[in-house]
Amino acid sequence: MDELLLARWQFGITTVYHFLFVPLTLGLSLLVAIMQTMYVRTGNETYKKMTKFWGKLFLINFAMGVVTGIVQEFHFGMNWSEYSRFVGDIFGAPLAIEALLAFFLESTFLGIWIFGWDKLHKKIHLLSIWMVAIGSNLSALWILIANSFMQAPVGYAIRNGRAEMTDFFALITNPHVFYQFPHTVLAGYATAAFFVMGISAYHLLRKNHQDFFRRSFNIALVFGFVSVILVTTVGHIQGQYLVKTQPMKMAAAEAHWETADPAAFSVVAVVDEKNQTNTFEISVPKMLSFMSYNSFNGEVKGLKDLQAEAEARYGPGNYIPPVTSIFWSFRIMVAAGAWMVLITLVSLYLWRTGKLEAKPLVLKALLWSIPIPYIANTTGWYMTEVGRQPWIVYGLQKVEHAVSPSVSMGEILTTLIGFTVVYGILAVADIYLMVKYIKQGPEETPVSSHLEPSAKEVSLWT
Amino acid sequence: MDLNILWFILVTVLFIGFFFLEGFDYGVGVLLPFLGRNDTERRVVINTIGPVWDGNEVWLLTAGGASFAAFPNWYATLFSGFYLALFLILLGLIVRGVAFEFRSSDRSPAWRNTWDWMIFTGSFLSALLWGVAVTNLLQGVPIDAKMQYVGSFFDLLSPYTLVGGLTTLLVFTLHGALFLTLRTEGEIMERAGAIAGKIAMLAIPVVLLLAMLTYTQTDLFSKAGAVVVFLGSAVFLVLALLLLRAGRNGWAFIANSLTIVLFTVSMFWALFPRLMVSSLNPEWSITIYNASSSPYTLKIMTVVALTMVPIVLLYQAWTYWVFRHRVTAKELHY
Repeated sequence: MDELLLARWQFGITTVYHFLFVPLTLGLSLLVAIMQTMYVRTGNETYKKMTKFWGKLFLINFAMGVVTGIVQEFHFGMNWSEYSRFVGDIFGAPLAIEALLAFFLESTFLGIWIFGWDKLHKKIHLLSIWMVAIGSNLSALWILIANSFMQAPVGYAIRNGRAEMTDFFALITNPHVFYQFPHTVLAGYATAAFFVMGISAYHLLRKNHQDFFRRSFNIALVFGFVSVILVTTVGHIQGQYLVKTQPMKMAAAEAHWETADPAAFSVVAVVDEKNQTNTFEISVPKMLSFMSYNSFNGEVKGLKDLQAEAEARYGPGNYIPPVTSIFWSFRIMVAAGAWMVLITLVSLYLWRTGKLEAKPLVLKALLWSIPIPYIANTTGWYMTEVGRQPWIVYGLQKVEHAVSPSVSMGEILTTLIGFTVVYGILAVADIYLMVKYIKQGPEETPVSSHLEPSAKEVSLWT
Repeated sequence: MDLNILWFILVTVLFIGFFFLEGFDYGVGVLLPFLGRNDTERRVVINTIGPVWDGNEVWLLTAGGASFAAFPNWYATLFSGFYLALFLILLGLIVRGVAFEFRSSDRSPAWRNTWDWMIFTGSFLSALLWGVAVTNLLQGVPIDAKMQYVGSFFDLLSPYTLVGGLTTLLVFTLHGALFLTLRTEGEIMERAGAIAGKIAMLAIPVVLLLAMLTYTQTDLFSKAGAVVVFLGSAVFLVLALLLLRAGRNGWAFIANSLTIVLFTVSMFWALFPRLMVSSLNPEWSITIYNASSSPYTLKIMTVVALTMVPIVLLYQAWTYWVFRHRVTAKELHY
């Protein structure tokens, strides 16, 4: 173990943990805003109850996302000071803009939303949850603009020993953003849709509050169907883009060692990284070419050739990321996506024909599918970030040159253990509260004796 | 005035905004166990900052982001150098932030008490450590020729910086107490006023001690402007106590707010044009020039900041207007 490895573990653990909460925030803020819009437009009290029930779950999740996000913003300076010096001229800008444009918006208006039920005009109160949703999604845009620079640097020049910004417009219109942003936020929408569908299915199975959960399910299903179709489509196009811009990442994701034209696609493989070969594979001829170029012909470069090219360009070194784990994380993500498409289509069909509630197996499957988008989100980011190794900024700085020289191993170990323990305890509290409120359903939450009862169901301090 | 100076001022403004706003949030958190004698009272106390604390905390995130964007070498040296101190602040902010949302989500008294203590601990730690951090910037820490911090966590703890920490702890707690006198009614308001008087009595000698140590440990007194502002901040603290005794709680709050604002201004004024003093060699200090981003980035960020900060101020001010009424136990709901 050394400083670099510990710092990477710390970043990995805290980031993956943070991103367990972010996708649900992205999608659920929108769903709650949609529900409240329906309440304001129709005056139907069920939609108000829905806003509050799902809103309470949103708030529990949001709190976890916010506090774990603070750590992320400080991390770059704490553990990755040389990275911060090298790219600060470029990377700091989207982070600062994220805070100014997005964090202020979502945090301020969330306070207004929570406490403003009886104090504000209905429409202004509705506006506040839309501001929260817009703020969250804007925050995703700016942090992904920052991340995209790490994946595909644009609008910079190397001067004074660092990367300096030369074109802000190029930075924010980085083509990488156009794939990564929709893929990420749509994944968040799908996560929220599966969350709402799964919990609704749980109650529909028990015939609790059927009208309430049918309506919830209905909204989530439509939202989920659109999100799932789009996220997989964008994901496919993003893959084709990555073949061109980060061929090493995609070759690793396919465990594709030898350049071939046409190239076969390995469905599964036993990867031998040491000898740079797959000892066993089940493959479909020409399929990788087709996936890469929509044509059954076309050369797909292999890891060995890409390594040789990288050495010629950047000097000696190992430029092949950990193939086995990337190969499998990619497959797990794709399988999770396929499952989401399948179950959404089945649900949609059964819903349209009115048979869904007569199929407990499907409802159970929906309940047990709540974790599936989380798995897809995590493995997707694993592939994105680990697939960029050994680079922290693709082609410009290696991870080993990015770590803080002034921080000792003991210090990193202390904070690694500290964050992990605190995050672990918080996870238990978070899940306890989530399960409690989910099981209680919309009617059980404490009500007020002398104020509008529902106003208090989602208030922070009830 | 070049953009480096403008950004030094902007970062100062962000820290002022953060200490002014989050200052009373910390204070309210520190006072929670002392002023809230039962669950209802604690909820009244927490609800005074309930709608705003999260938005206030974003001032810190923005200050962090702005220092990264404008002075990346400062951000890098500061955050990697003050590593364990920042880690403690982060833990404080994490448990405190979650506690605000979680504490009332379960009826069990043990659950609520645990989270209430988290609010206290997180607020206490942060209020104390920000003072330690700021005074360290000025006193100087071991920074080498390559801008690397070469000390340890314990190098950050000197008599001067501990008094600095005690100062922010007391002044923020006073800020919270005065805030509560304006945002609550009846018994809690009276208790807040009484405790504010006691804290002010404690804070005044501590600030005098801080002034003496600032004279011996830093070069603040070599700058006439910084001295005036620094002493002004102490005068407003005394004034806050006098106004409180005269029953003018609103004016006392304003006076103590000026203590916080002027204290922050004096620290940054004394630092200027440095951002972090090197105790090894004055030449190795981090300055607004050797730490800064390129002129192009500063220009972009200037446009963004000068457009966005007024808008943020506008809607945050509106929030305070919406929630201007005093919080009472009556409006809590069972």
